[in-house]
Amino acid sequence: MSWAGPEDIYLSTSLASYLDRKILVLLRDGRKLMGTLRSFDQFANAVLEGACERVIVGEQYCDIPLGLYVIRGENVVLIGEMVRLLLDTEREELPPHMIRVSETEIKRAQKVEREAGELRGTMRKRMEFLDFD
Amino acid sequence: QLFFSYFKDLVGQEVTVELKNDLAIRGTLHSVDQYLNIKLENTRVVDQDKYPHMLSVRNCFIRGSVVRYVQLPPDGVDVDLLHDAARREARGG
Repeated sequence: MSWAGPEDIYLSTSLASYLDRKILVLLRDGRKLMGTLRSFDQFANAVLEGACERVIVGEQYCDIPLGLYVIRGENVVLIGEMVRLLLDTEREELPPHMIRVSETEIKRAQKVEREAGELRGTMRKRMEFLDFD
Repeated sequence: QLFFSYFKDLVGQEVTVELKNDLAIRGTLHSVDQYLNIKLENTRVVDQDKYPHMLSVRNCFIRGSVVRYVQLPPDGVDVDLLHDAARREARGG
């Protein structure tokens, strides 16, 4: 990110326009963090206050509180500004059919999804060994 | 610096940015910088059902290092101009 002169503010790629706003940060490992942007630098390192991780498995989701986070810029994929459209903000950040569950519940769902993925992986490896055309 | 200048001329156009994690986002190119970081406005995700968490995001900053493609409108580019500029760069570099 370049530092903008006064004329450049409107065309700048600076994260300054997101300061003190609620943002969504997508990380390279697939995690989704949300929080208030308090600080940033030219590497897209960021300080997130009141951060939480939004874990989504199928139709279930859970927000796990994390507190104050410093994110290293190299892990950042995207920073999105979460826009408030209605008063019940949490409800319309996600499609209405999604169900909020507890942390234990979502961790259980994650484990099931991960194991299913691993099983698919080993099955595929076995099929590849058979070398079908 | 060639692509930085090129993208600066594209500001205001509708583009679709495809990321290395396969997420594709359509939006208006708001700004670009020397690292080819991109800011998009009026965004919507291409496969919205697959990415429910992006529902309320209407503008975003995308780190240049994670971009795979930037899809442009076919008439958004003067290909000959770009071709000449590239040849000049190659000669100079």
